[in-house]
Amino acid sequence: MRKAITAADAAALIPDGASLLFGGFMGVGTPQRVVDALVERGARGLTVIGNDTARPGFGIGRLIDAGCVAKAVVSHIGTNPVTQQKMIAGEIEVELVPQGTLAERIRAGGAGLGGVLTPTGVGTVVAEGKQVIEVDGRDFLLERPIRADFALLKAHEADYNFNLTYRLTATNFNPVMALAADCVIAEPDEIVPVGVIPPDHVRTPGILVHHLVERPR
Amino acid sequence: MDTPRMDAKELIARRVAQELRDRSLVNLGIGLPTLVARYVPAGLSVAFQSENGIIGFGAPPPHGMEDPNLTDAGGGFISALPGAVSFDSTMSFALIRGGHLDMTVLGGLQVDASGRLANWMVPGKLVPGMGGAMDLVSGARRVVVAMQHSAKGESKIVPVLTLPATSIRPVCLIVTDLAVLEPTSDGLLLKECAPGIGVRDVIAATAAPLLVPRSVPEMVLGLGTVAA
Repeated sequence: MRKAITAADAAALIPDGASLLFGGFMGVGTPQRVVDALVERGARGLTVIGNDTARPGFGIGRLIDAGCVAKAVVSHIGTNPVTQQKMIAGEIEVELVPQGTLAERIRAGGAGLGGVLTPTGVGTVVAEGKQVIEVDGRDFLLERPIRADFALLKAHEADYNFNLTYRLTATNFNPVMALAADCVIAEPDEIVPVGVIPPDHVRTPGILVHHLVERPR
Repeated sequence: MDTPRMDAKELIARRVAQELRDRSLVNLGIGLPTLVARYVPAGLSVAFQSENGIIGFGAPPPHGMEDPNLTDAGGGFISALPGAVSFDSTMSFALIRGGHLDMTVLGGLQVDASGRLANWMVPGKLVPGMGGAMDLVSGARRVVVAMQHSAKGESKIVPVLTLPATSIRPVCLIVTDLAVLEPTSDGLLLKECAPGIGVRDVIAATAAPLLVPRSVPEMVLGLGTVAA
């Protein structure tokens, strides 16, 4: 049995300049208390990898607002004008990755694969500098695996074995990111005793999770 | 004209809704395409997917009944219909890329004479990003573009894309406030004109060359009315 830590403790584990896989889709399924703790501690130079930068004041958007982010690897920034402004001003580097490709690159990173072959992006600017591989007469792009120093997840329930469940559309990138980082930190809505979560309901086995963030008191 | 004209977006959404098929799985893009869900023809059972991880979502819940973990791809609150399923992003895009999605409806910045779509960036001006659009155009069985025919007086139907393409795969159908166009190996075929719009109007408003049959029918909008 293991113990949960505070969001501030979690933020203190993450050094400036670290790369972070962030669960969430428009901020839904993003560990907001860890985000706030990173802002609070004044983190700098972070690389954030996730679906999007949400909107100003919400989800990853708060890290963008607070100047914590040096680089964002995301599928879109259209909902966050601050990210766009900072990108145009040269304060943030933005790498755009098609959403399905992002999910599969992270899966490859966590599953020990050397990359994935996808038809998405063939013949577009996304293909620039990438190897095209023909399989059965069809062209695919070789997309490389993504891993990061940390994965920051939002879960629904966790137990003290750190097994995790997720809820509805807050699931999104969280389960796949749990495999693709050196250190995995999960922020659950609820922490329940071991044995309460039926084995079939566990989406991320606790052996993958290094730290659990306690509930706010 | 005596009858007030239908709002352009409503007209486009109504026409696109006629493309829906019974028992199909459909993904609607953010913005104009989302309106299509309002005009599903009576008697059709259509399942809508949102790429953030749900099939079977319904209208936004009444105020006070929102679930912060139940949202659409734009982050707006939705409801889940009985029988709905949720899943993670890898499943969501396996459905999209793997040929399991019957149709997607996407907005557009430009479509060219070969049927290629550009809808994710204007270099130096607007860089929203592609989100799921590149995967949707690559993988959906049928890709329908729903957009206004022109923007700021400029035709969005162009001879060759000047904006970065979303995919090299041509789209299947283009529905605008003026016309329905179908990309063919010979070029863009004018299939239908909007009510009150003539073939000459469409040609005049279109920068790309069009294939014009001898007879071009009026758009079918469902419900048989053009009510304001």
